[in-house]
Amino acid sequence: MNADDATIEPPLKAPLVTVEDIHTYYGKSHILHGVSLEVGKGEVVGLLGRNGVGKSTTLKAIMGLVHPSRGSVRFEGRPVAHLPSYRLARLGLGYVPEDRRIFRLLTVLENLRTGLDRHGVSNARKKELLEKVYDYFPRLAERRHQAGGTLSGGEQQMLAIARAMMLEPKIILMDEPTEGLMPRMVSQIREVIDVLRREEVAVLLVEQNVPLTLEASGRIYLMENGAIRHHAAASELRVDDPVMRRYLGV
Amino acid sequence: MMRRHDIAYWTGFSVVLALLIAAPLVLPEFWRRFVTEILIWGLLAMSSDILIGYTGMVSFGHSAFFGLGMYGAAAALLAVKPPNLWLAIPCGLLASAAVAAFVAYFSTRLRDIYFAITTLIFSQIFYVIIFTWTAVTGGENGLTFSRPKLGIPGLVAVPFTTWTLHWFVLAAVTASYLVLRRIMRSPFGMVLQSIRENEARTRAIGFPIERYKIVAVMLSGLFAGLAGVLYAIQNEFAAPDFVFFLVSGEAVIYNVMGGIGTLVGPIAGAAFFLLLREACSRFFTEYYLIPVGLIFIAMVIFMPQGLLGFARRWLNR
Amino acid sequence: MATSIAQFLVQTVNGVVTGLILALVASGLTLIFGIMDVVNFAHGELFMLGAYVGVITLAATGSFWLALVAATLTIALLGAVIYVATLRPLLGRDPLNTILVTFGVSLVLQNYALWQFGPVARKIQEPFPGHFALFYLDYPWYRIVIALLAAAIIAALWLFLKFSTYGVWIRATTQDRLMAQAMGIPVPRVLTVVFAIGSGMAAASGVLFGPLVGVDHAMGLDWVLKAFIVVVVGGMGNLAGSVAAAIFISLLESYAALIVSPAQAVIFSFAALILTLLFRPTGLFVPTPK
Repeated sequence: MNADDATIEPPLKAPLVTVEDIHTYYGKSHILHGVSLEVGKGEVVGLLGRNGVGKSTTLKAIMGLVHPSRGSVRFEGRPVAHLPSYRLARLGLGYVPEDRRIFRLLTVLENLRTGLDRHGVSNARKKELLEKVYDYFPRLAERRHQAGGTLSGGEQQMLAIARAMMLEPKIILMDEPTEGLMPRMVSQIREVIDVLRREEVAVLLVEQNVPLTLEASGRIYLMENGAIRHHAAASELRVDDPVMRRYLGV
Repeated sequence: MMRRHDIAYWTGFSVVLALLIAAPLVLPEFWRRFVTEILIWGLLAMSSDILIGYTGMVSFGHSAFFGLGMYGAAAALLAVKPPNLWLAIPCGLLASAAVAAFVAYFSTRLRDIYFAITTLIFSQIFYVIIFTWTAVTGGENGLTFSRPKLGIPGLVAVPFTTWTLHWFVLAAVTASYLVLRRIMRSPFGMVLQSIRENEARTRAIGFPIERYKIVAVMLSGLFAGLAGVLYAIQNEFAAPDFVFFLVSGEAVIYNVMGGIGTLVGPIAGAAFFLLLREACSRFFTEYYLIPVGLIFIAMVIFMPQGLLGFARRWLNR
Repeated sequence: MATSIAQFLVQTVNGVVTGLILALVASGLTLIFGIMDVVNFAHGELFMLGAYVGVITLAATGSFWLALVAATLTIALLGAVIYVATLRPLLGRDPLNTILVTFGVSLVLQNYALWQFGPVARKIQEPFPGHFALFYLDYPWYRIVIALLAAAIIAALWLFLKFSTYGVWIRATTQDRLMAQAMGIPVPRVLTVVFAIGSGMAAASGVLFGPLVGVDHAMGLDWVLKAFIVVVVGGMGNLAGSVAAAIFISLLESYAALIVSPAQAVIFSFAALILTLLFRPTGLFVPTPK
């Protein structure tokens, strides 16, 4: 799929994830003020904005880690806003959180197993998936019996993504995957996103790295103060556009 | 100029107090004694509230404070003839204060669960010591002694009647309540509550929370010890059973069921629990703790704020 | 002199035997605490009820092994029910509530046992008669067998946690409950299973310990305290630590029993607890985190 193919209107015919007007609260704080967005099958969509505007919270709301008090979240047309996260994972949503949050005391292989050991997956398929992931991430293959906590930051990020891929998800929600990584690792992440696109896995990408996001995504949403303020094809945006400067302060 | 809240509060207080004063006049002896026991256990539960409800420290150490207050008083009543009331009280308080100091030391170094378990272990340590040191404490059988006379030393000494005993206990418990209420509404009490809400932030503001915690534990220990002294005077015996950690558990139960952070809640909780126990024991004989336990579990799940918890803000204003 | 060494060695054997059984009790407790931050005050009563189920099954079938299995399974089921009925509703609330609720459950179970079985202690027959000469004593074989059984069960638990799918799920949930959910792990079910496993292990200890002491409704009280000491000294949530601590505490008490009366020997355990809390609060055998 080519980034230039993305169009904003008409709305996607068969969106994978639809978020409509969700509001969330943290205690008394009103965090999300009516966020609406869509991600189509196999699309890479970027979500940009300054720190603290609610990007992570949006991902968490989709993943069921935060329950919206108003609004709806639909996956393949079905309302999923109040399902527990483990059901969402089984339906086909993968999540790569900020800070990676791999299981530090489990080995690399055990980390992957948390996503791999599911109902209805034959042992042959499990082997296949494991081999595929070891191909894409040879460093993880080398360290497969090492505890997750002993990996470097970049390796942990790879593990977090690989782990989500074990679920064979239809969409992966990624929260700032390049944060704190060296440039070499950043381009590796970029390659991984391309791999996912090739495999027709959609990606909703929250990032602070604007150039990478513009390059990798088909469409971009810009967030401010808990709501979506702008929406455009990535091809129509430049890093120094006034609208980018307005919402990102770049 | 009294605010409407104060008028309502003191009216309610006076009504309850009047009822309690009148109790021995209208109730048969069994129930009179029952009310007196409610007051004593209520005082114990109230002392637990200082820690749980106001400072946010869960403690199972109250049986140690209570038990040592009891044994301290017993020692004074046995050592000096004729048994002297005004010696027994300070002796009991001193004993429980000593234990409280010991526990207070640990309170500053341990948080939450570890503190709770440690206080429980302390109760057991004292239980084992008292249980096995038969020569001094009477071991399993405890100590029996005679009730001291009420009076001013040197002037007049009158034996307690059932009525005067009840009023004496009532006076002690009421005074304790008023003192504690005053303390909890003072700046000191406010800091304690702030520690309960958010310890890190309170420390960051600059309060030496260790010192506050130590004082809270000492206060709690003193009033629990007073309850022990009153119990010794009322029942004329001291036994290791009262130092067993289950007694602490019961104090916490009365506290929580009545509503933590209210001071009167624990007394109401004690009344409720003891009445429930009495009622169930009539129908279920010795196994009354089964329905009582089930009701308690249900209350914790469905009514965690306790009987008076809904009025907590109002009672503390 | 020779007698002292012999006594010391006998007490060592006793300490290890008791320690392994205590380790079985404590493992369940630490597993439960590690994964759901629940201090299970009712653990001693699950131990006690396990012993009673053992007594009944033994009387009905004459087989110690059947008694062991029946007790473990029945009480595991009871544990699952207790968890779902009383602890799951408390998820997300102040942890004080779990202490209170499990305390309430322990009261109910204790009195239930008193009601059903009466106050007189029962005995579980030694599964193997026969002694061997251990220094100056005729040492019963079954004590060794029971200790080996306890060790075997703990080893089985360890293998389960390390290699099976559920084991990985349990360990992942213990480390990061939210991410475990995000990986599709059915966390509510995992929590119930862990509570059931912990309960089952307590019950197994009850049956194993039955021949050594009498079975009565109050036997849980002593054990819950010992188990708590072990769990804290070993590091809460640390399985290997609890096993090591259990043996350590038991040896401590066994040796202490040479000097003071058994009732007083328990003070040494208390002292160990206090020292641990003062100087190495994360656990005696756990390196203090920086």
